[in-house]
Amino acid sequence: MRIPFPFSAIVGQDEMKRAILLTAVDPTIGGVLILGHRGTAKSTAVRALPALLPPMMVVDGCRYGCDPKASAGRLCADCQTQVSAGHKLRAHKAPVPVVDLPLGATEDRVVGALDLERALTRGEKAYEPGLLARANRGYLYVDEINLLEDHLVDLLLDVAATGENVVEREGISVRHPARFVLVGSGNPEEGDLRPQLLDRFGLSVEVTTTTDLDQRVEVIKRRDAYDRDPEGFSAQWAEADTEARRHVERARKKVDTLPVPDAVLRSAAELCSAVGTDGVRGELALLRGARALAAYDGARQVTPHHLRVIAPSALRHRLRRNVLDDVGSTVRVTRAVTDLLGD
Amino acid sequence: MHETVASPLDARTQAELAAAILAIDPVGYGGAVVRAPRADIADAWVSMVRSLLAEGTPVARLPISIPDDRLLGGLDLAMTLATGRPVVERGLLARTDGGLVILPCAERASTALVARLTSVLDTQRTAPRGPFAGDPAPARVAVVALDEGDGVDECTAAALTDRLAFHLALTPEIGRESATLFSATDLAAARRVFAQVEINPARIVTLVTVAAAFGIDSLRAVAFTARVARGAAALDGRTHVSDADCQVAAALVLGPRATRLPATADDSREEEPPPPPPDSAESGTDRDENPSPAEPQALEDLMIQAMQATLPIGLTIEAPTHTARHGGSGGRSGDDRTGGLRGRQVGTRRGDPRGGGRLDLLETLRAAAPWQRLRPPIAGQEGRVLVRVRPDDFRIRRLIEPAGTTAIFVVDASGSAALHRMAEAKGAVELLLAEAYSRRDEVGLIAFRGTAAEVLLPPTRAIAAAKRALAALPGGGGTPLASAIDRAREQVIQARRTGNDTIVVFLTDARANIARDGTPGRPQAEADALTSATALRMLGSTTVLIDTSPRPSETAQRMAEAMGARYVALPRTDAQGIHAAVSAAMPRPSA
Repeated sequence: MRIPFPFSAIVGQDEMKRAILLTAVDPTIGGVLILGHRGTAKSTAVRALPALLPPMMVVDGCRYGCDPKASAGRLCADCQTQVSAGHKLRAHKAPVPVVDLPLGATEDRVVGALDLERALTRGEKAYEPGLLARANRGYLYVDEINLLEDHLVDLLLDVAATGENVVEREGISVRHPARFVLVGSGNPEEGDLRPQLLDRFGLSVEVTTTTDLDQRVEVIKRRDAYDRDPEGFSAQWAEADTEARRHVERARKKVDTLPVPDAVLRSAAELCSAVGTDGVRGELALLRGARALAAYDGARQVTPHHLRVIAPSALRHRLRRNVLDDVGSTVRVTRAVTDLLGD
Repeated sequence: MHETVASPLDARTQAELAAAILAIDPVGYGGAVVRAPRADIADAWVSMVRSLLAEGTPVARLPISIPDDRLLGGLDLAMTLATGRPVVERGLLARTDGGLVILPCAERASTALVARLTSVLDTQRTAPRGPFAGDPAPARVAVVALDEGDGVDECTAAALTDRLAFHLALTPEIGRESATLFSATDLAAARRVFAQVEINPARIVTLVTVAAAFGIDSLRAVAFTARVARGAAALDGRTHVSDADCQVAAALVLGPRATRLPATADDSREEEPPPPPPDSAESGTDRDENPSPAEPQALEDLMIQAMQATLPIGLTIEAPTHTARHGGSGGRSGDDRTGGLRGRQVGTRRGDPRGGGRLDLLETLRAAAPWQRLRPPIAGQEGRVLVRVRPDDFRIRRLIEPAGTTAIFVVDASGSAALHRMAEAKGAVELLLAEAYSRRDEVGLIAFRGTAAEVLLPPTRAIAAAKRALAALPGGGGTPLASAIDRAREQVIQARRTGNDTIVVFLTDARANIARDGTPGRPQAEADALTSATALRMLGSTTVLIDTSPRPSETAQRMAEAMGARYVALPRTDAQGIHAAVSAAMPRPSA
């Protein structure tokens, strides 16, 4: 298996990198949808995540990667039993999981199913966790999510929203925590995602190939260096990745207590009604995104500047599409931002 | 043309070089997409590659109808039932680890297959199908996609081709299958030096510049160019990339991917589109606004020169890249429709066959297999039931039916319309016909003049017939609009029966003056037309009304509104404009 291309070595694509980093700061922002053409480092950025994220503490032997410090309601049944019995949960450090969900995956594989080995050899009914269990507390990545069957996308978004996977099947009745950030990527020219699904992603990013010659040259140089010597190249960028990781760690400590002034709350609400997003999802994503950004920037409180930066990512996928209006969603959001918050 | 510029590579040399460079490190190059007029020509090239591969490199053919468990690995049903323990079978990709996968009829591969292949190309491993199928297996493969499509618009999905370094168009002249330029020994030597070959940063700048000038956006393509240049150097036993290597790489990787021709630096309104500017650096006086130093400029010219042989036909200068169709988003337009009862199977899902789905027996058995020991025999049936199947096991087929589009053109050939830019209207219809053809849509033609409308051509894929009917269309007479709308409505209903989506395009000034019963009289004719329009609207088909009157007319707008049509005024636009308006309104079948 190949060593992933380092996150920090990705040239440009700042909005995408920012969106991904912010979900690391505050996973409750919700999933990230990355739309763009081929060859724009979408997959590369996601596959580089494990090396970038701070490792986490995981209960020994837990199949769902429970957090030893989690409150009772957030533990899986096994860990819960141990705690109730008065045992102390032993834990070890583990990397944050970034799980790939291949397009061909069946529902069984995603949600988990009967443990075949045990059923056949011992005649026992036991549950074998699926990809959702593996992604708990981490990331679930679906490349070409626009080509994934709708019922699977629905299922993923449901679980991502509730943080719990409920399996009911002949004799198996399991619920386990499945809190993860869903990252979907795709090329919109090859098929659209249903609007109902779009709305359920926290942030969305549109990536385009850079037309700047110097940037393009830099991309090719780094790619060439990486292709020739993946280990050496990764070592060169290890320090930059570590720096980004420290940033994320600092921001995580601050994000929950960061004050959001009333004026900013009001601006967020005005912005959402100005661009006409339905429901509160947009407002929540906007505020959480702005707060995570403020924390990442080391700011003392959330300011209109943070709203301005995050607004396109948080809102562009929630606008109703007007067939006669050719103006792109991003432009409409930017206009509203300029009208309300100034340049 | 300048004398110092090397002549472009001939087709045979291109094919051999591509085969040899690919054979150095197939996995690193992702593979190739090969287009040939006959299957045996593509096979000859594949044999050439095989003869140059390192000994023991696995090669496998991948039928595009391959089920997931054969491709990615999965549970072996027979062995599992026989042995009573799960037996996992490796998939084709994992079995071909380190080698070459040949994909015939690549242009017909489903989006699902393409997605699986691109994922494997990216991650170099397969995730087996099903929850019981064990761990991901390494699958470092190169894909050789044999594209047997018949035109620019029927081609292998771009998501796949973008990840394959070589895009080859083979011609019958490439002839014999054995390589003449390189031997297996040369390749062994090339593999030894390949990792050490370096490419000068200045040359990378030139590669990027040339790619940008030809409208190649994907940075993967540019990265492949650098890698192919390194391969060319390795073949020659050198550890530094030379200008000639860059030329080879430009011809093999960049040329076929070009989406436009670069504008010349000194005169963007150049009269003769092809060839691209081969001015050499020596004639530098007319290039003073170009800040590039002389040497990269020379290399740039060499590369552009080398690309000439492989450029796709029909490129235009500075066409906006996003409209360039070459290597378009791939395959058939529109998404196929799932969930129906007809069509090709794309998988299964849990479900009740009594609900109208078709049972997939094999998958149902597969689902039931692991439970056999757990399920107690039903009293009185011990030993009589071989496999205990419960409703929960039922798997029904997910079928996909190709969702076609039927475009119905309703052309006003009355006297009033004939005066008003009939020629442009015909031109627009011709453009749309050409596009409909490439999308494999069906096209029907209704003309109306005199006292009634006439179905000139029932919906057909034979576009040539539609063109002839259109060309022969005479003009003059009254405008029986109501009758025309009724005919269109009948065609829509008929097309719906075959499961197609429909689009109706009216080209008319909407000045109805013949009533439904064929009698003249404007008020009655208009009233009838509005009634018919409302009836058409009820069908919910996509409709476009192109107003051919000299000024946008209120009548036509009212008519468009009544039929729920998108209104396009012709005076503001030309044949291209109409074409664009209709294309934008083309229905996209919903899943």
